[in-house]
This record gives sequence, structure tokens and C-alpha cells, in this order.
Amino acid sequence: MTSPSPVAKSMTIGEAVLVPLFAATAFLCLFGAAMGHDTAYVFHASLATVASLAAAFVILNHYYDRPAQLPPQEINGRPNYNLGPIKFSAWMAVFWGIAGFAVGLLIASQLAWPALNFDLPWTSFGRLRPLHTSAVVFAFGGNVLIATSFYVVQKTCRTRLAGELAPWFVVVGYNFFILIAGTGYLLGVTQSKEYAEPEWYADLWLTIVWVTYLLVFLMTLVKRQEPHIFVANWFYLAFIVTIAVLHLGNNPALPVSLLGSKSYIAWGGVQDAMFQWWYGHNAVGFFLTAGFLAIMYYFIPKRAERPVYSYRLSIIHFWALIFLYIWAGPHHLHYTALPDWAQTLGMTFSIMLWMPSWGGMINGLMTLSGAWDRLRTDPVLRMLVVSVAFYGMATFEGPMMSIKVVNSLSHYTDWTVGHVHSGALGWVGFVSFGALYCLIPWLWNRPLYSLKLVNWHFWISTIGIVLYISAMWVSGILQGLMWRAYTSLGFLEYSFIESVEAMHPFYIIRAAGGALFLIGALIMTFNLWMTVKAQSADQAQGAGLLQPAE
Amino acid sequence: MSLWNRHKIFEKNSIILIAGILVVIAIGGLVEIAPLFYLKSTIEKVDGVRPYTPLELAGRNIYVREGCYLCHSQMIRPLRDEVERYGHYSLAAESMYDHPFQWGSKRTGPDLARVGAKYSDEWHVTHLIDPRAIVPQSVMPGYPSLANTEVDQIDMEAHLRTSRVVGVPYTDDQIKNAVADLKAQVDPDSPNLEAFQKRYPKAGVRNFDGKAGNPTELDALVAYLQMLGTLVDFKLYDEKANLR
Amino acid sequence: MTEHDDIDSVSGRSTTGHEWDGIKELNTPLPRWWILSFYATILWAIGYWIVYPAWPLITSNTTGLFHYSTRASVAEDLADLEKLRGEKMAVLGNASLAEIEKDPALLALARARGKTVFADNCAPCHGSGGAGAKGYPNLNDDEWLWGGSLDQILQTIQYGARSGHAKTHDSQMLAFGRDGILKKGEIVTVANYVRSLSGLSTAPGFDAAAGKKLFTDNCTSCHGENAKGNQELGAPDLTDRIWLYGSDEATLIETITNGRAGVMPAWSGRLDPVTVKALAVYVHSLGGGK
Ligand code: HEC
Ligand code: HEC
Ligand code: HEC
Ligand code: HEM
Ligand code: HEM
Ligand SMILES: [Ca+2]
Ligand SMILES: [Ca+2]
Ligand SMILES: [Cu+2]
Repeated sequence: MTSPSPVAKSMTIGEAVLVPLFAATAFLCLFGAAMGHDTAYVFHASLATVASLAAAFVILNHYYDRPAQLPPQEINGRPNYNLGPIKFSAWMAVFWGIAGFAVGLLIASQLAWPALNFDLPWTSFGRLRPLHTSAVVFAFGGNVLIATSFYVVQKTCRTRLAGELAPWFVVVGYNFFILIAGTGYLLGVTQSKEYAEPEWYADLWLTIVWVTYLLVFLMTLVKRQEPHIFVANWFYLAFIVTIAVLHLGNNPALPVSLLGSKSYIAWGGVQDAMFQWWYGHNAVGFFLTAGFLAIMYYFIPKRAERPVYSYRLSIIHFWALIFLYIWAGPHHLHYTALPDWAQTLGMTFSIMLWMPSWGGMINGLMTLSGAWDRLRTDPVLRMLVVSVAFYGMATFEGPMMSIKVVNSLSHYTDWTVGHVHSGALGWVGFVSFGALYCLIPWLWNRPLYSLKLVNWHFWISTIGIVLYISAMWVSGILQGLMWRAYTSLGFLEYSFIESVEAMHPFYIIRAAGGALFLIGALIMTFNLWMTVKAQSADQAQGAGLLQPAE
Repeated sequence: MSLWNRHKIFEKNSIILIAGILVVIAIGGLVEIAPLFYLKSTIEKVDGVRPYTPLELAGRNIYVREGCYLCHSQMIRPLRDEVERYGHYSLAAESMYDHPFQWGSKRTGPDLARVGAKYSDEWHVTHLIDPRAIVPQSVMPGYPSLANTEVDQIDMEAHLRTSRVVGVPYTDDQIKNAVADLKAQVDPDSPNLEAFQKRYPKAGVRNFDGKAGNPTELDALVAYLQMLGTLVDFKLYDEKANLR
Repeated sequence: MTEHDDIDSVSGRSTTGHEWDGIKELNTPLPRWWILSFYATILWAIGYWIVYPAWPLITSNTTGLFHYSTRASVAEDLADLEKLRGEKMAVLGNASLAEIEKDPALLALARARGKTVFADNCAPCHGSGGAGAKGYPNLNDDEWLWGGSLDQILQTIQYGARSGHAKTHDSQMLAFGRDGILKKGEIVTVANYVRSLSGLSTAPGFDAAAGKKLFTDNCTSCHGENAKGNQELGAPDLTDRIWLYGSDEATLIETITNGRAGVMPAWSGRLDPVTVKALAVYVHSLGGGK
């Protein structure tokens, strides 16, 4: 490493372009910070100034410190995997997960005890709810997806990640986007488009980051050492490219001023509604489904040490899934002012989506055939498998809720929230936890600190999920029934406020479930932290690592 | 087996794979979205829907900012109980100037599509500052800070101009007078009043929050809430012409 | 997948022959039940498209075999509802208030109708059960600002108070302080006088005679000679210990300084006439009305 290099040191294209670009950005942002029309904008411009300067500095500094030659693609004939950005992203996932679950617990408690809104602008339910959804879906889920995709694509292509700076740009840039989005919500900066709330400048930045992500992923595929592309990578690729399309379609907005945060979206009324739920539904379909299915396709076979159950099922369910998903958006707009024909399409395609979704579940579960006994001994594998079961449950419930008569009851109620969280906690949450329990030890090349704690995490969180979703089923159906109940004389039986009162006990149970889920995640954090920290302890003592906690 | 072999082409070439994905995901979106822009039946022909007054628009932006749409829908579905509880089902035309739309997806609180003129300004003021002072069972947050924050007037004209670019038919006259109109709507003694009412028919002119002076955010939000659902006269609306 | 001699020993199935980071794939055929179910959902969807509006065309969309429309269907549902209760409601509509009051069946129906509409429209101001809140009168007591007969209540509900409706009750408590009619000290005095009217304690040094004079000069025109109120003007009785806004000195000073003009919306435009009538009966029954 320290031997003088024979080649003269020169900047890579990335370095040569990014340093001046960041310097220029810093200058522009400084201008914005000085001239901005609203406090949130000024705050964000200041953050961006500091971040751009820091980025330019770090890149330059790294350039001066690094050897003339870039890291080799291979060492001793084996790929020299690029793990740094993955480590960063994995820990960001843990961090945002805890933050997102904690805010979830807070807003759940606010609905049970409204005094917890504190009547301050930045702590009120309406501002914290998007913070929760974005923190769990995009910050937690997104970092899990980026970390695992960078890992999986390298391993299954047997090649080093494309680009040297670019992967770092993706992980750091993405988390900077989250920072801008999240602080924006607290300050009241939002486009009010669910799951796409960030304002125009954050959207622009995300576009740049996301295109880079796509390029890094695609270029890694291009230079792969395996003849075929592994099924997990089909799903990752579909997730990345479709999210790019959706993001562009749902966010075109015109800022009121280039020096202010507020913008008006290009679409209006019914068309905007359709664009929004085309986006919103497929954020579920491609972010929370396709992306996490990719995780399933790598981590379950790997952990179970079994082959993927059916290659043919992979093919059919992959193409059917991505084709059909796109059509299902209007099931979020049943009985609205969206024309009937579009609602019909949304409903029928949702029904057709059922089996392609279950194809993924079958492939995940049946991969265990011949290894079922491992579920008793390996709580990590159990977590992964239970997540697939929850996926199956959510994708059965979803098509059912897409049927118009069912939706006439469930829409606007907590039933939707229950459905969301059986998918979100059970599927997205558990598959992510399972992946992190695998990934962190692999990245740091050491065994997991404690399997016993994983077991605790599994059970505490499972109880939490069951409390959460069963409370929401009851409250949702109760709410729906109360709204439409008629007396024998033909008059509405309940007033709206009576339905609000009836929700109270269920909101308390939900909050308790959320608390358990959060406790589980805290146990995981401790476990993963001890795993990584054990490195130094290990080097000092070289002693046993597998001792259970306590 | 041979048919399965054909899939090789996607597995061996990442560019073909990505092209395949793009084609497959484009179809559904195109078929569902494009017709909404050209089919005449999408948006009903009705009288009365006009762009928001500057004050209402400011109020609407506060509604967006505070995330009211996360608890309140503005979309009455054509279902018997909803029509009875909230009034005539919502039309697409009623939100055609909404950028972005505020239909909502969750009803923690009641639908607001026709809340305009249902309650008094004082009620809204009390309710927004402290909902439980007036509805003890409510779980809605209080927004006391709205009462002592003035509406930001700096970019008022630009708000209207930008809205026009995205399709809201504001006139030059309306844009030019944005700031004057903003103030006139809370001041029944304003010399600008007549011109204002000509520019925005049916707009309520009152001191919404009961305090004199520049419009506050509370003025704006109440003005917005009080106009919701009041523009279309359903006695004149042709039900049969707009079945679809 | 040209050759697949690679057999998975556990399942006995061939693999596709590829391996990625140690992961292989089995060549398991599609599960039969799975593919059949998939076909079934597709067939069902096609059937649905034939029956219901589904596909957009160039200038219109397919409307389905029966030209179904959600909007037409809710119109039918509402018509059915009308059928269920229409006849009875029509009787209610044709009966006079007095007749309803006399006929127990009609009375029960009117109360039931009133109760349900009250809960969603009136309770936000008047409280569930009509108990009222500060500034919003209690409808359970037998004290009325605008009169407690059935006709008077009906009129109040139809047109409201200070609602802006052409026929609304309209009169305001003057803003004696803000409009400079009374000085600060005088307001304190008259406020204490008002307290004394219902036997509440007064501030030390309160001059009862001055209070009485101020009251007679300024207030009796609305609240009456003996402060018993005036329902023509909606001026409350100030001797009955029932307070709309409150009886502590500060609130009274506020009332007299800035005046009061509580707004009750007009419901004749929003609710149909029979419902408004039913509401009047319901409210009347709440307050043991006159
Ligand atoms: C946590 C959920 C929540 C949020 C956020 C919320 N509300 Fe509410 N809102 C409710 C509930 C519950 C009710 C019914 C009880 C009541 O009247 O307070 C309600 C009632 C209302 C009503 C009366 C509707 C009627 O017909 O009775 C209005 C108007 C209203 N809210 C406006 C707003 C506005 C404006 C905002 C944002 C600044 C907002 N709400 C934010 C929950 C919420
Ligand atoms: C926006 C709040 C509000 C709503 C909603 C409301 N009211 Fe009122 N109501 C008032 C106020 C304020 C008064 C007192 C007016 C005054 O001070 O003179 C009042 C007065 C009345 C009175 C007269 C009481 C008296 O003492 O003479 C009746 C009767 C009444 N309301 C019935 C109803 C009914 C029935 C409904 C529903 C259809 C309703 N109100 C809805 C605010 C409201
Ligand atoms: C122009 C008629 C008018 C005059 C003069 C008038 N009032 Fe009133 N007063 C009213 C009306 C009308 C109300 C009820 C307002 C409402 O319902 O919101 C009222 C309400 C009140 C209340 C509130 C009662 C409660 O239950 O909270 C008090 C106290 C009161 N007046 C005292 C006075 C005093 C003292 C004076 C003279 C200094 C006075 N009023 C002069 C019309 C008048
Ligand atoms: C500690 C665990 C959690 C708690 C207590 C919690 C609580 C909540 C609450 C109270 C809401 C608002 C519901 C309403 O408006 O009525 C919500 C919404 C939501 N949460 Fe969570 N949540 C948790 C974890 C998660 C996770 C892990 C995810 C995703 C991976 C998630 C995704 C969402 C989404 C997408 C919504 C919006 C639902 C909708 O709009 O219908 N949540 N959550
Ligand atoms: C075949 C698969 C699925 C179908 C057909 C489906 C269908 C539905 C339906 C009908 C709704 C309710 C819309 C409404 O009434 O407002 C909904 C909401 C939702 N679903 Fe699913 N679902 C599926 C799978 C999933 C999965 C796996 C997740 C993963 C987390 C998920 C997450 C969500 C979210 C977040 C919402 C709330 C959207 C919002 O209103 O904010 N869904 N889904
Ligand atoms: Ca956005
Ligand atoms: Ca939602
Ligand atoms: Cu969906």
C-alpha cells in the first residue's frame, strides 16, 4: 500500500468534475441562503452550502491522501468488493429506523392523547405524520435497499461496484435528501403529495442522486463476471428505474420563486389525483415490494443455503408483477370523482395482481423446503420467513380491499392503516431486520453478537405487530360500519364524533403495539452495535464472540 | 423448456432488461392517465367554480402546510350515507383548480368538502386555536400560532402568476391586484371592495378572525374553509348529463 | 440452460445450472394451482370489463352491458331511502308544528329525525346533547334568547342569528367601551351591577346607585326595565344565573366593552324543510320548551 506508485497521480473524472461543481453549488446555495424568502428555504440553503463545501473538501482531501492508483478491481484473482458505502448506508438504515418508529409511536400516541400535539406547529400530527412515513419508507427502507442492492449486485455479478466516488455520492447524497425532506416537514415545507411530500428543490436533488444510483447499479451489471443476471437484480433494477419514472411523473412543479420553498404542481384536480396514486401505489409496488423481493431472493437462499425454489416462477411472477402493478393505482380513488372506467381498471388489475404477488411468496417460502428445521434454530431465518408470510397476507388483503364494495367500507378508515402496517411492519420491517442481521456480520466479517437477542427481538416485535394490526382491523371496520349505520327508521345512527370516541381504546392498543415494535428494534441496534464493536475487543483478546448477552 | 430458454435474452443483457422493464411499466400509466386529459367527460361542465381569492389561496397553502389533508378528506363519495352526512357528492370540476388536489386518503376527522358556511367564523377561530374547548371529544391538534402570524405577502402576485402557468385561469387584473385583494377581503370598509367582488364572485368579505389589521394566517385559513363547497349551485346542476 | 445434469440432492430436481455467490435455482415447474388461479383472475377481469365501464377510447369509454354508473347508483340508493322514510316524512312535512306535538307517533319520528341531524350539524356548537359551551347556548334549559315556542325555535333554526340571511335575527349587544359610549370605570361599575342582579358578590367600593343609573341609561332599552331580557332582540335575561359568556367580572367587562354578537348559521339552505321542522321539535323537546 505504501510503496511509491509508478504512475503519476491524476484526478479521476468524478473528482475533476465534482470538486468544482460542489464549489459552484456552495456559492449558489450561499446566495440562496442570503436572499431566501422564507426561513425554511434559508435554512435548507445554509445546510446545502455547508454540505457542498464539506463535499468539495472531503473529495480534495481524499485525492491528496489516496495512492495514485485507484483501488484494484481484483485482489489475488478475487473481486475487490467495495464495502464502504454499504456499511454507511446500513447504519443509516438502523438510525432512521429507530427515528421513524419513534415518531410513529408519537403520532400513534397523539391520536390516543391529543395533548401530545403540544399545540406547537412543528410537533403537530399533520407535520409529524409525513416525517414518520418518509422516515420509515424512504430513510429506513431506502437505506436498506441501497445497502443490500450494492452488496447483492457485487456478489452476484462477481465484480466491484462501478465507480469509486459515485457509490459514495449515492449513499451520502440520498441521506442528505432525507435530511432536507425531514427538516422540511417539521418547518411546514410540503407538497402534500403523500409519499412525495418534499418540495421542488429536494425533488431535483433526489433526481440527480437517483439517476446516479441507477447508473452505478446498471454499470455494475454491465461489467459482471457472471453470464446471467441473477433474479434479485431484475427486481432491484425494476425498482430503481421505475421509481425514477414515478418520481418524475408525480413531481413536476413550478416554484413560486427560485428563492422560496413553495411550488405549484403542474397537475390539478382529478388528473393530479390519478398521477398521485399512480405514483403512490407504485411506490408500494416498486419500493416496498419489488425492492424488498430482491432482498428476499438473495438473503433467504443464502441464509437457508438452499436453491431458489423455481426459476420459472421467478420469470412469470416478475414480469406479471411489474406489468400489473402499474395499473392498480385507481384502487386508492374508488368512488371518488375519478371516472368509473378508471376505477374498474384499478380494481380488476388489483385482483389480477394477487397471484403474481403470491408467486414471490411461494418462491420465498418454498426455498426453505429441505431446511424447515432451520427455523427453530436460526431466528434470523425465521424473521426472513415470517416476513414473507406477512407479505402474503398483505397481498391477499390488498386485492380484497381493491374490490369496490369492500373499499366503500375500508377507504378513509383505520383498516387501510392496518393493511399498511401488516405490510410495513411485518414484511418490510422484518425482511429488513433479517437482511441487516446477515449483512452487518458479513460486512465486518465477524459473527453476530447474540442470536438469543435476535430471538427476543423477533418475539417482542411479533407481538407488537399483532397488537397493531388487530387493533386497526377492529377500529377500521367499526369506523366504517358506524359511518354507514342506519336506524330502522332510515336515519343515520351515529354522528361522526361518536366514531372518533369509539376509536380511543384501539388507538391505545396500537400505541402499545408500536412501543413493542420499537423496543424490538432497539434490541437489534444494541446487538448490531456489539457485533461491530466486538472487532476491537476481538483484536485485543481474540476471545469468544458468541457469548449471549447478560 | 425452449420457451423458458427465450428469457435468456433479458438475463444476459442488462440494457435489454432495462428496456423491457421500461416498456412493461409504461403501458398501464399511459392508458389510465392520458385519457383523463382528453376525454371530455372527465371534468363536468358546471357554473360557479372560480379560482381562489388571494386570501383563500393563502389559506389553502396553510392547510397544505399543516397537513390537514392527513386527517380530513375533501371528497364526498357517491354513497348514500356520505351524501346524507356531508351533502352532494364531490364533482371533479370542484377541484379542477386545485394544485395539488386535496381529496385525502384518511378520515380521522370529518370530510371538509362542504364545510363552508356550515359554522360561524368565531366557531372556526375557537376550534382551530383549541378544538377541545368546543368539541371535548376531538383529537385534532390546536393551532394557536396561526392567530398571531400575519400572512406572508411577499410573493402574493407570483403565487397567482405561477398558478396561471400551471393552468388556473387568473386574469392579469387579478394578478396585478393580488396584494390589494388579499387585504380587501378582510376589510369590509376597503375602497377596493367592489372591484374585488367583481373579480371573485361569491367571495365572503369579513374580518374572519375578528381582529382588525393585516390578514393573519387564521383569517386566511378560515376564509378558505368557509368557501369550501359553496361555489356550485346544485339546484342548477344537471345530474343526468354527468353520469359516467 | 443447455445441459442440466446438476441435480439438487434434497428435492431431486434439476437446477438451471447457474450459480451466483453460491445460490442456485431449481427448475421447478409452475405450481398448477397457482397458474390456474392466475388464469381465473384474468377471466374474471375480462368478464368484469364486459359488464362495467372499463376501457378508455378516443372520445368516450366502454360503458359496459348495463351502462352502470356509480352516480346513477347512488341516486337509486337515495331514492330507496326516500321510499323507506319518504311517506312518513311527507306526513311530517304536511303536519303543522302543533299537530306534530299532539300526535305521539309523529312526535317520536320528528325527534328521531332531529336527533340524528343534530348530532352532526348542531352538536359541534351546542355540544352533544345540546349542553352548550361558552358563547353557544345550552338548549336543555328552559331559557331562550330568541324564544322557546315551537315557532320561535323553528324560525331561529331556519334563519339563524346574525347569519347574514335576509330573515335572520339581527341585533347586537353594543360595544360600549370600544365605541366610547362608556368609560372604563363606568364599565366596571355596570359590570358589578350586573353581577349584583343575580346575587353575585361585587367588588369592594362598588357604587350600586351609580350602577343602577348606568344600567337604566344604557341597557334597559334591550335587556328590559328589570333586566329580564327581551326575546325580540335576543337580549338575554341578566337575572337568571344562566350565562352565555360568563359572569366573572373580567368576562362581563369584556362583554360590555366589545359587545357580543354570537352567530348561529341559517339552516334553511343547507337542510331540507322537513328536517328543519324535525329539528325544531327535537330542540323544543330538549329544553322542555315553552
Ligand atoms: C389528528 C387529526 C386532525 C388534524 C391534523 C386536523 N384535524 Fe380537523 N378535525 C379532526 C377531528 C377528529 C375532528 C372532529 C372533531 C372536531 O370537530 O374537532 C375535526 C374537525 C374539524 C373541522 C370541523 C368539521 C365539521 O364538519 O365538523 C374543521 C373545519 C377542521 N377540523 C379543520 C381542520 C384544519 C383546517 C386542520 C389543519 C390546520 C385540521 N382540521 C387538522 C382531526 C384533525
Ligand atoms: C356555528 C355554531 C352553531 C351551529 C352549528 C348551530 N348553532 Fe344554534 N346557535 C349558535 C349560537 C352562537 C346561538 C346563539 C345566538 C345568539 O347569541 O343570539 C345559537 C342559538 C340557537 C338557538 C336559540 C337558542 C335560544 O336560546 O333562543 C337554537 C334553537 C339553536 N341555536 C338550534 C340549533 C340547531 C338545531 C342547530 C343545528 C341545525 C344549530 N343550532 C347549529 C351557534 C350554532
Ligand atoms: C342594542 C341592544 C343591547 C344593549 C343596548 C345592551 N345589550 Fe347586552 N346584550 C344584547 C344582546 C343581543 C346580547 C346577546 C348577544 C349574543 O347572544 O351573542 C347581549 C348580551 C349581554 C350579556 C351576556 C349575557 C350572558 O349570558 O353571558 C351581558 C352581560 C350584557 N348583555 C350586559 C349588558 C349591559 C351591562 C348593557 C349596558 C351597558 C347592555 N348589555 C346593553 C343586546 C344589548
Ligand atoms: C413503531 C412502529 C410504528 C408505529 C407506532 C406507526 C404508527 C403509525 C401511525 C399512527 C400512522 C398514522 C395513521 C393515521 O393517520 O391514522 C402511521 C402511518 C403510516 N405508517 Fe406507520 N408506524 C410504525 C411503523 C411503520 C413502518 C415500519 C412503516 C414502513 C415501513 C410504516 C409506514 C407507514 C405508512 C406508509 C403510513 C401511512 C398510511 C396511510 O396513509 O394510510 N409505519 N403509522
Ligand atoms: C397485491 C398487492 C396489494 C394490493 C392490491 C393492495 C391494495 C391496497 C388498497 C386497496 C389500499 C387502500 C386504498 C384506499 O382505500 O385508500 C391500499 C393501501 C395501502 N397499501 Fe396496499 N395493497 C397491496 C400490497 C401492499 C403491500 C405489500 C404493501 C407494503 C407495505 C402495501 C402498502 C400500502 C400502503 C402504504 C397503503 C396506504 C396508501 C395511503 O392511503 O397512503 N400494500 N393497498
Ligand atoms: Ca415531491
Ligand atoms: Ca394515506
Ligand atoms: Cu395501492
